[in-house]
Amino acid sequence: MSTIKVSIVSSSEEIYSGEGTMVFATGSLGEIGIAPGHTPLLTGLAPGPVRVQNGSDEKTFFCSGGFIEIQPDLVTFLSDRAERAESMDEAEAIKAQELAEKNMHDKDSELDYTKAAAQLAEAAARIKTIQKLRKNK
Amino acid sequence: MANTKEVRKQIASIKSTQKITSAMEMVAASKIKKTQSEMQLGRPYSEKIKEVISHIANSSSEYSHPFYEHRATKKACFLVVSSDKGLCGGLNINLFKQVISKSAELNAQGIESNFALIGLKAASFFKSVGGDVVANVQKLGDKPDPDALIGLTKIVLDLHRNGEIDRVYLCGNGFVNTMTQEPKVEQLIPLPAEEKDELAPTHWDYIYEPEAQELLEGLMTRYIESLIYHAVIENSACEQAAKMLAMKNATENAGDLIKELELLYNNVRQAAITQELSEIVGGAAAV
Repeated sequence: MSTIKVSIVSSSEEIYSGEGTMVFATGSLGEIGIAPGHTPLLTGLAPGPVRVQNGSDEKTFFCSGGFIEIQPDLVTFLSDRAERAESMDEAEAIKAQELAEKNMHDKDSELDYTKAAAQLAEAAARIKTIQKLRKNK
Repeated sequence: MANTKEVRKQIASIKSTQKITSAMEMVAASKIKKTQSEMQLGRPYSEKIKEVISHIANSSSEYSHPFYEHRATKKACFLVVSSDKGLCGGLNINLFKQVISKSAELNAQGIESNFALIGLKAASFFKSVGGDVVANVQKLGDKPDPDALIGLTKIVLDLHRNGEIDRVYLCGNGFVNTMTQEPKVEQLIPLPAEEKDELAPTHWDYIYEPEAQELLEGLMTRYIESLIYHAVIENSACEQAAKMLAMKNATENAGDLIKELELLYNNVRQAAITQELSEIVGGAAAV
C-alpha cells in the first residue's frame, strides 16, 4: 500500500514524523482527508485533532491553529502549538472552555470578543480530541 | 605595613566572592545544556517551514510576497537580540559594536536606522547611546516563550508593510561552541531569493484555501517569527556559555588574589613575630 510522509511540528518541538496511508485533519475550510498522491494544497489548520492512519494503526494528535502544506508525497503540519492527545487533561480543557465562555459573556472583561472566541474554539477542539480518543479505546 | 587583621578580612571577603562566582559558573554550565536542547527542539519547525517556503518559491505562484521585494532603501530597522542579565563578558557589547558600525555604514549611504530591541541590556545600551527605538521586549527569562515575541515582530512587519522601513537586519550572537560566540548582523528582509530548482517542473501551483494572499501573508509572518525565535534561543545559549566562561575566569582570578594575599599575610605575621622577639631580646639585654 502506498504511503505519504507525515510530519507534524510545532514551534517548540517535533510532534510526529513518519508514514501514513491516510491523514485526517480540520482545515480552515472544513475537514479534509489526505491520501497519497494528493494534489498540492496549501491551507490553514484549524484547532482540532489530526488523525494519522497507517494500515490498521491510528494515532491522534491535537493541533492548535497553523498551516497545512500538502505535496503528492508529503504532508506537513505547521502548528503554532501542538500536544499529544494522550497527555491532555480533559478537566483542564473544560476549565479553559468555561473561562473562555465566561469571558465572552462578561462585557466588562479586558478580553476582546475575538480572542475569547478563539479560546473557546481551541478548548472545544481539545475536548473533541479527548472524546474521540476515549471512543476508540 | 598592613596589620594581620586587615589582610585576614580581605581574604575572607574575596573567598566569599569566589564562592559566588564558582556557583554561578556551575549554574551556567547546567543551563547551557538546557538551552542547547531547546535549540535542537525548535529546529524541526524552522526546517519544515523553510522547506514549505522554498516549495512555494519553486511553484509558479500567483502571488509574490513583499518580503522578497528589493525596494529603494531609505530606512533600515535593526532587530537586536541581547541578554537580560549581565556578567557574561563582552557578549552584548561586542554585538552592539557591530550593530553601531553597520548602522554608521548605512548612514554614510544616506540610510537612516531605527531599532527594535529584545533584552534588557540592549534597552539600556540604546538608551544611553541614543537612537530611535520602535519596540522593546525584555525579561524573557531562561525559557523564552515564542508568544512573547509576537508583538515586537508585528510592529516591525507593520512598519515594513507601511513602507516606513525597507530593510530589516536581525542581530544576535551565533553559537559556535561553548568557548566561542560570534556576533552576527544578518539581513532578514528582503529575504534572500530562494534558489529555483532548475530540474523540477515549475508549471504547477498550489490550490490555496482560502486565499493565496491571506495564506502566504500568514505563513511568511510565521516564518519571520520562527527566525527571530531561533535567534533568541541561540542568543540565550550564547549568554549561558559566555557567563560560564566569565565566571570561570573570575573564580581563577580570585584564587590568584587569595594566594597573593596569603603570602602577604604570612609576611606580615612573621614580621610582627620577629619584631616582638627582638623587643624581648633587647629588653632582656638592657636588664
